[in-house]
Amino acid sequence: MARLDPANVAIAQEIIARYPRPKSALIPLLHLAQEQDGWVSDEAMVHIAELVDCTPAEVIGTCSFYEMFKREPVGRYLVNICTNIACQLLGGEELLHHAERTLGVRAGTTTPDGLFTIEDVECIAACTEAPCLTVNYRYFYKVGPADFDAIVADLRAGRRPTRCAAEQGEDGEIPAHGTLHRVRQSIPADRRAGNADPDTAGEPAWLGAGGAS
Amino acid sequence: MSEETTVSSGPPPIVRLVTRRFEHADSHTLDRYVATGGYEALRKALAGSPEAVVDEVKSANLLGRGGAGFPAGTKWGFTPPGVWPRYLVVNGDESEPGTYKDRQLMERDPHQLIEGCLLACFAAGLSQCFLYIRGEMALAQERVAKALNEAYAAGFVGRNILGSNFSVDIVLHWGAGAYIVGEETALIESLEGNRGMPRLKPPFFPAAIGLYGKPTIVNNVETLSNLPWIVANGAEAYKQYGSETSPGTRMFAISGHVKRPGVYEVQHGVTTFRDLLYSPQFCGGIRDDNRLKMFIPGGGSAPWFFEEQLDLPLEARPVGAAGSMLGSGAIVVMDHTTDAVRACLRVVRFYARESCGKCTPCREGTNWLETILQRIVDGHGRPSDLEKLLDIGDNISPGPYPAASWDDGGLDAVPFPPRQTTICPLGPSSVAPVVSALRRFRPEFEAKITKRSVNIPLHVEREGTHV
Repeated sequence: MARLDPANVAIAQEIIARYPRPKSALIPLLHLAQEQDGWVSDEAMVHIAELVDCTPAEVIGTCSFYEMFKREPVGRYLVNICTNIACQLLGGEELLHHAERTLGVRAGTTTPDGLFTIEDVECIAACTEAPCLTVNYRYFYKVGPADFDAIVADLRAGRRPTRCAAEQGEDGEIPAHGTLHRVRQSIPADRRAGNADPDTAGEPAWLGAGGAS
Repeated sequence: MSEETTVSSGPPPIVRLVTRRFEHADSHTLDRYVATGGYEALRKALAGSPEAVVDEVKSANLLGRGGAGFPAGTKWGFTPPGVWPRYLVVNGDESEPGTYKDRQLMERDPHQLIEGCLLACFAAGLSQCFLYIRGEMALAQERVAKALNEAYAAGFVGRNILGSNFSVDIVLHWGAGAYIVGEETALIESLEGNRGMPRLKPPFFPAAIGLYGKPTIVNNVETLSNLPWIVANGAEAYKQYGSETSPGTRMFAISGHVKRPGVYEVQHGVTTFRDLLYSPQFCGGIRDDNRLKMFIPGGGSAPWFFEEQLDLPLEARPVGAAGSMLGSGAIVVMDHTTDAVRACLRVVRFYARESCGKCTPCREGTNWLETILQRIVDGHGRPSDLEKLLDIGDNISPGPYPAASWDDGGLDAVPFPPRQTTICPLGPSSVAPVVSALRRFRPEFEAKITKRSVNIPLHVEREGTHV
């Protein structure tokens, strides 16, 4: 795929400017590349290295550590099924097994039509709603085999799955893989306090005599 | 024992401090937050001095809610004098198995967290704040981003907050899927754009040397979410809830085989495990009125508890003395139908998968534990396997497990100095389920080893063509 497009470069510059050291923006920028292409390509990593002023080797070093970054294309919908202890107790492993059987692929692989990738994942912090799964990181709670089939049928038909859906944000849509939060932080220039440079920043003003004035 | 239960008049009254806005559908908006007393604590703090806020928090004895249970006010005091700048890093990388509270606080009351960050920065002189949210939590990121944008526009965050000389930026940062990043020095590595591997200790606290080599306070989401209430209402009001050594309230997620699993905010230190598991206002008992087999009291890293520990209060000290920890407020309940070996394998597998690979005993040991447990579950266990499991555990966390805890300074839950051959506690965490299960359910392991049959792996069809 490709380097970041001009619109995303502008977003990347804004993100980089929020950190005292540019390399801190590496993970958000890798997410940005994944949002653009659905996965993280070598070209994107080379581009990110240029943007944060480090080597491409350092970028892939970081990228390869984190599970969410896919360095090859995945399905349009990444279905993460939790099998950790709380979900295991209530049928998480059976749910994963059902998913593998009905979609015809093993965990970690993608259906031939490129629609679904299923993964056997660790605790996703919805333990009281077990068994749970996420589709492109949108939550579904208390999912049984029949619920799973309904969710998959909806996604195949291009409908928004409502069965077992947890609160999904403002519009409830499930964006393509790679898009996480759809509201970006944006700091107005006149409201910015500015970065605290590790080399030059001194004692904060409000700590002086009498505190805030 | 029986005397206590007969005079007991049920659990202490329910008090909601950090979850009190959850009843509103729009609890995540600035309008609702301000309408329900939001940012009043910030105004109050700015009218006084940073020292006043520190004193209030110290006096409230607010204990960290991330796992170690260290007093927040004391932690702030660990920054070396005269070294600038200092940073605040918010640990929102909730991923301990069973834990489900920080995500709720971020999704449903993001402004409370933001105000908590501001109070901490003001009090401890922290010049910039990085709010690190777990990568998988898209909605939490979205809600916090929106809340930050609202708060900047309204003048609560950024330059000259509310017209004062207090200026601080809060930067939303998000991870990409790694449990180990919840360890505070790994969190800092990740925030610097590196692989999330814990740093060598000492220094034990990044308060001395942290982000960019500068003093850094790392606080948990729930800890910070408590600050607005404490500053607004005062330490005395806070201390009327909970116990003397663990004041206030705490959020617990109870999952597994209970009738009504859920996230409950309860009075800290006075409510017991029995209250949470059996009281009708909380979980209402074990599902199908089954018998309790075991429960994990504080997330996957905590040694297991059994029926005889049910009457312990939810407080670090007694739980630590009983050989486990309250950890991150995650209770996983298992009834008598649970296969202890399989449950043990699943928790161990988590640590094997999440080991960052930096320390050999953890990288190799957790995988060996998983391999051996898997073959026992699959029906290929060997008679020597049980001793081998304990021996591998001993190489990661030498000596009797759990290591004796100290009872000084609130660190009851974390043995100190840690009795481990690794930099961070992830490795020893994998030993907890093994020792717990083997100590209590050894015959179940032995039965699987001697029977050598019927333990068909889940992925093999029981009926049909594969067998």
